[in-house]
Amino acid sequence: MGSVLKKYSLFSLVRQSLNYHTGWERAWKSPEPKESYDVVIVGAGGHGLATAYYLGKNHGINNVAILEKGWLGGGNTGRNTTIIRSNYLQDASAAIYEKSRSLYETLSQDLNYNIMFSPRGVIMLAQTHHEARGYQRINSANVIQGIKTEYILPERIKELCKIINIDCPRYPILGALWQPRGGTARHDAVAWGYARACSDIGMDIIQKCEVTGINPHANGAVELQTSRGKIRCQKLGMVVAGHSGVLAQKAGFRLPIESVALQALVSEPVKPCLDVVVMANTVHGYISQSDKGEMVIGGGADQYNNYSQRGSFIHIENTVRALVEMFPIISRLKMLRQWGGIVDMTGDRSPIISKTPVDNVFINCGWGTGGFKSIPGSGWAMAELMAKGEPGVLASPFSLDRFKEGRFIDESVAAGVAH
Amino acid sequence: MLKLVCPYCGIEADETELISGGEAHLKREGPASTDDDFEGYLFLRNNPKGIIFERWRHAMGCGKWFHVARCTVTQEVFGTYPAQTHKPPSRIMEEIKSRRAGQVNGLNSDKAEKFS
Amino acid sequence: MSTRLPNGGRLVNRTKVLNFRFNGRKLKGFEGDTVASALMANDQKVVGRSFKYHRPRGIFASGPEEPNALFTIGKDGEREPNQIGTTTELAEGLEVKSQNHWPTLETDVGSVANLGSNLIPAGFYYKTFMAPRQAWKYLFEPAIRQSAGLGQPPTEWDVDHYEHLYLHTDILVVGGGVAGLLATSLLAETGLRILLLEQSPNFGGRLVQDHADFGEGTSQDWVNSTLQELSSSKNVTMRSRTSVAGIYDHGFVIADERLPNTTGKKGYLKRRLWKIRAKRIVLAAGAIERPLCFAGNDIPGVRLASGVRDYLINYGVSPGDRTAIITNNDDAYRTAIALAESGLSVPLILDTRMEIRGTLPTKAKNLGLRIQPARGISEVLGKKAVSGLEMCSQVGEGTSLEKIGCESIAVSGGWSPTVHLWSHCNGKLKWDETKVMFVPDWTHPPIDSNGNQNIFPVGSANGYLQLHEITCQVEQIVRQVAREFDKDLPEIQLPHAQEITEDRCYGTWLIPYSMKPRKKMKAWVDYQNDVKVSDIDLAVLEGFESIEHSKRYTTLGMATDQGKTSNVNGIALVSHNLGIPMDKVGTTTFRPPYSPIPLGAIAGSAGKKLFKPIRKTPIDAWHVSQNAHWEPVSDWRRPYCYLLEGESVENAVNRETLRVRTTVGMLDATTLGKILVKGKDAAKFLDLIYTNAISTLKPGRCRYGLMCDENGFLMDDGVVARLDETTFLCHTTTGGADHIHGWLEDWLQCEWWDWRVYTANITDQYVQIGIAGPEARNVLDKIGGMDLGDETLPFMSWKKGILGGHEVQVYRISFSGELSFEISLRASEGLELWEKIHEAGQEFSIEPYGTEALHVLRAEKGFIMIGDETDGTIIPQDLGLDWAISRKKDDFLGKRGQQRSYLADPNRWKLVGLEVLDNDEPLPHGVYAQCETKSEFDHPRMEGRVTSTYYSPILKRPIAMGLVERGTERMGEVIKFNCGDKMIKAKIVSHIAYNTD
Repeated sequence: MGSVLKKYSLFSLVRQSLNYHTGWERAWKSPEPKESYDVVIVGAGGHGLATAYYLGKNHGINNVAILEKGWLGGGNTGRNTTIIRSNYLQDASAAIYEKSRSLYETLSQDLNYNIMFSPRGVIMLAQTHHEARGYQRINSANVIQGIKTEYILPERIKELCKIINIDCPRYPILGALWQPRGGTARHDAVAWGYARACSDIGMDIIQKCEVTGINPHANGAVELQTSRGKIRCQKLGMVVAGHSGVLAQKAGFRLPIESVALQALVSEPVKPCLDVVVMANTVHGYISQSDKGEMVIGGGADQYNNYSQRGSFIHIENTVRALVEMFPIISRLKMLRQWGGIVDMTGDRSPIISKTPVDNVFINCGWGTGGFKSIPGSGWAMAELMAKGEPGVLASPFSLDRFKEGRFIDESVAAGVAH
Repeated sequence: MLKLVCPYCGIEADETELISGGEAHLKREGPASTDDDFEGYLFLRNNPKGIIFERWRHAMGCGKWFHVARCTVTQEVFGTYPAQTHKPPSRIMEEIKSRRAGQVNGLNSDKAEKFS
Repeated sequence: MSTRLPNGGRLVNRTKVLNFRFNGRKLKGFEGDTVASALMANDQKVVGRSFKYHRPRGIFASGPEEPNALFTIGKDGEREPNQIGTTTELAEGLEVKSQNHWPTLETDVGSVANLGSNLIPAGFYYKTFMAPRQAWKYLFEPAIRQSAGLGQPPTEWDVDHYEHLYLHTDILVVGGGVAGLLATSLLAETGLRILLLEQSPNFGGRLVQDHADFGEGTSQDWVNSTLQELSSSKNVTMRSRTSVAGIYDHGFVIADERLPNTTGKKGYLKRRLWKIRAKRIVLAAGAIERPLCFAGNDIPGVRLASGVRDYLINYGVSPGDRTAIITNNDDAYRTAIALAESGLSVPLILDTRMEIRGTLPTKAKNLGLRIQPARGISEVLGKKAVSGLEMCSQVGEGTSLEKIGCESIAVSGGWSPTVHLWSHCNGKLKWDETKVMFVPDWTHPPIDSNGNQNIFPVGSANGYLQLHEITCQVEQIVRQVAREFDKDLPEIQLPHAQEITEDRCYGTWLIPYSMKPRKKMKAWVDYQNDVKVSDIDLAVLEGFESIEHSKRYTTLGMATDQGKTSNVNGIALVSHNLGIPMDKVGTTTFRPPYSPIPLGAIAGSAGKKLFKPIRKTPIDAWHVSQNAHWEPVSDWRRPYCYLLEGESVENAVNRETLRVRTTVGMLDATTLGKILVKGKDAAKFLDLIYTNAISTLKPGRCRYGLMCDENGFLMDDGVVARLDETTFLCHTTTGGADHIHGWLEDWLQCEWWDWRVYTANITDQYVQIGIAGPEARNVLDKIGGMDLGDETLPFMSWKKGILGGHEVQVYRISFSGELSFEISLRASEGLELWEKIHEAGQEFSIEPYGTEALHVLRAEKGFIMIGDETDGTIIPQDLGLDWAISRKKDDFLGKRGQQRSYLADPNRWKLVGLEVLDNDEPLPHGVYAQCETKSEFDHPRMEGRVTSTYYSPILKRPIAMGLVERGTERMGEVIKFNCGDKMIKAKIVSHIAYNTD
């Protein structure tokens, strides 16, 4: 099915402005669910929508429904710090995150939706000797993996990030892992761009549709009970991040997943003063400046299981404390808004893209704190897995059985890196 | 910011005094266990959206580990109890039953109508 | 012109003039003024530019809901952007600057965006700037970034101070208006601990400006006497200028206190962050007035009716000679009456409702004011200031019926209860169709840890706007709250409030009802973020129907005011557009903080030098005196090396390393973890904790032990000394001490709780001094007191004794391969003995050595280092430590994990030594070896990596250790390490480089 939507461009904006923008089409349709589909994806976050999009684009599977309990892009896709990078240590992680990053580079053009990918560069600070050696190790691995990163020294850090205090913070700034092609993107736009593209190729995005039961063995099909009636499908993909455990239970299996709250905050907008993304893992502080001018700050995760989308103030305090020491000028900026997202953490903190103990049911979850940056790559790999029934190169290391085998994909090994 | 009563020292401990230790009442699987059982012990978790029995340590206090029954959605606490047990004590189960029956989100309905 | 009236202004002290500057211009105000009221008194119409279109903007409100009047205040290190002019108190010498314009406020180049505003509706950036691809990074994004952002960021360090205070209270009352004061005074009787917080400098809220009389006399008398009564109650604490920012789980509350008389002063304590635990919270946060959506409603001079009243009565400021009023409710008539009574002109009151019968409109009519029912505003006239308006029929399309001249327009679209704090912890809201507002839904309240409602909204925060209703309702609810503490309030006479009849507010969301698309592009919903009625139409048209979608698409309510005046109008417009009820549209989630709080205040006193205290050993000062070069190791700092005058770090490390190999060196090993494990079952317990057998250790002997986690991965290592039959001292790594102690306690308390074992982390109680080198024994013998000979103290044994007059334990262990003793003694005596040893060692050329020399020494001998050779995925077998894994024991922590297929794989990478071939350059840290074959990811396959690499001064060549695939089977093989710019070849050799016997 080809595109039926009118293309977005400067020209379309000018034309629409003549009638005061009253002639735009819906970005995505809002259909009633059909009785059956080839594939149903549960979860219309970034990962679910990207899976659907690549099922259509790469594998020609268009009879797809994406079910969403709330509103699309309303989970972690819409509440993260939008960092994109692929400077990972392990081959498996490096491969999927780099695939993802490279897809991000052209995603605006692919989707005809400006997702504002901003390859402004990501700095990961080394603040202990151990961390410095860890980043040198990642850099060495990246050299072989073909990912452009560089281990840089304090003078260069100061050049790239003028507001950093490299002189005498509690943990000295010894160096950094620099990925010039990492950056940020507009999170909502990623979900909306994929949604618009999926809808355009005839897929059904069904919002406010909660899955209440799963029968995986309904006469050769998987049958879902939903708040909007029964829906059957040949293949089911569960892409619901923090709620994976809840959904897996309905399908009859357990996961190596725990859901915890990860918090973030933004400051009031100020004129541009920070042109790169800075991550300080020793003190759990992540900071970048959005195009609007807000400082977007991420912190550590609560350690206890949580589904309430709000965390404990102590994490906000600890993060802010560390960042104020490192970026003294932000002391006078004000916190405008803080929030929590429910992230799904696996036993090795790496994701799962896998077949499940139940036939024709596939799962993509466990992205923990690294979900946003992986959306395109994750969707790409999950679509391949679902279309072929077997994982491709990207997905295969992330199978569920690795825990039984002890085959960890542990990214924290180098320097305690959060994703 | 949770506040939990340490069953050993009896004080209301602020979250900053505590360290969380994940799901409680896991059965350790040793060298003789099957691969499935070992995986279950080490990795598979109930991760409930609702009431969890979990481990906490009063790390900045008496140092004792204890268990908590807590709702992961509302952060309601149904009680805390010492860690030396294989299952939650009956008083905790009673508390859960009594609070989760006939109540809307913790407020009974006649109280609610009065000022609405 | 807005100007100061000759009289009036209950909050300003006209005898105290304050001088300040606005954009460099010298102006005067009075003590008690806010920055906003002082600017209005000086006829400053334009005070800033909007975010997107750079439209000129004037002061709009009088409280924290203000969207427009944001300023950069102060200079140099004291400069702070985005301060809210309506809540910032004026101070002598204040430097106030407007924001978001270039070059000046009056002539802003950025306002070209305004000319093209038709081209850039909500979400325009999603639809364009996509080609050519590079243009986004280099052209469009920088341009957008530069035009966005409000104030200039500070350039210097913050010179001010902040602190945190903690408080536990039975009841927290949020808001010191009439409801909060009444609630507090009723509750004060119970003897419970009450904390009353008010965000502004003055108590009383809207009571005095809105109601002349309350109780026995005037409303001001009531406020005064209530405050007096409360300040004498011992159980009541009151704070003004303290804004409750957030309510978290289990009654945890954050409040932000601004200290008075510090604005514009450098180096003062500026803010206090209160951390409060409240058992119950009475929410008397009041309500916020809403604007109405009509064309030109953002032109400076259009203000909230309540704000106009506040400036008039509180500050004695006239909004302009002629003020037209537009309203959909009776409350705005208070503004009309107040203006008229001050002698100002109110040419017209436009009321969108058909019938107007209430007490207040009647009073206005009796004052001779012209009231026009069923009328709206077709368009406001003026560009940078209001010059008049065109009247139209509310139900029509906006045909102009009459042109009215005025300088000021007071607008009221009804009130929204301040429910933010109710919502922070999941309290739900419901739409009240009669009151036309979202009110707290008492069937879904926020709850405490016991599942009981813990926030109780009262007064207008609970949707009650009439004074007599508020008093009754406050009493009822407060009674209920008191009963939760088993307290009964006595029967009391509530203060008398005059009953007035008010017609209901009418939900008028568009003015006029059938507004033309062209006019919708001039009708603002969110002033700061430039969201117009047309943008919300567009969002809905394009399918952004969920309120979260339309909010994000249009950026409605995401500005610094967080939608305090715009959210409800936005929701109503979506509801109107979709034809579904308000309840179904829902609300977006309110997030803390209610008003922005400085990051500096959140960091508190720990934001700068006190960020994280450094752990120092008792010998730290001595290290300082010896010019130590530091290394942070977990929370400690340890000397990395000691620098002689003019010496480089590398040379110092080489010197120290050689010193140990040739004569003797001394090391402060105090930071190593020391955990005492004692009890009948201690040996049995440690057999499970360590991979090797500990129970077979004899008292007086030491053994190197490994600890694994349940995955089987090596976690920590160290020497265990058996002190007696039932007592062991377990040494851990510096970073591992607290973690390992917790780990032991975990197993003891939660798994083997019936075993008789006790542990204590005694790391801080002892200083540990390492003496290593061929002359080590000679140095200690010189100090004297103990026989440290091979017979009495053989390798891997320990004993107690007296050394130089100090009670010590001496451990004969070595991490360098040299003769070595570790001496442990009371922390308080550590420095004394350290100095004695240093002095006694002079004749043997003793020198202190740091952590780096320690690392070189251990690497020369092939000893592993946790964190270098291990990374959380390494098992002891990988490191050739099979000898330290007991085969006899049925079980130990990690044994089962190591049986799993991936860990038992014979192809795992094994620890070996690496000898560089081509040159003398050491292998860089962390480099990987690559093979000729490709991995499944289509890059060269990796077959090993460097874990430790140093220059060995004794061998005069680089040494390295690494993990290599089947490395131990490939001795002598040469592999290639990819070092980025070049390949370095290295031969696989024994991991022991020095003195291999």
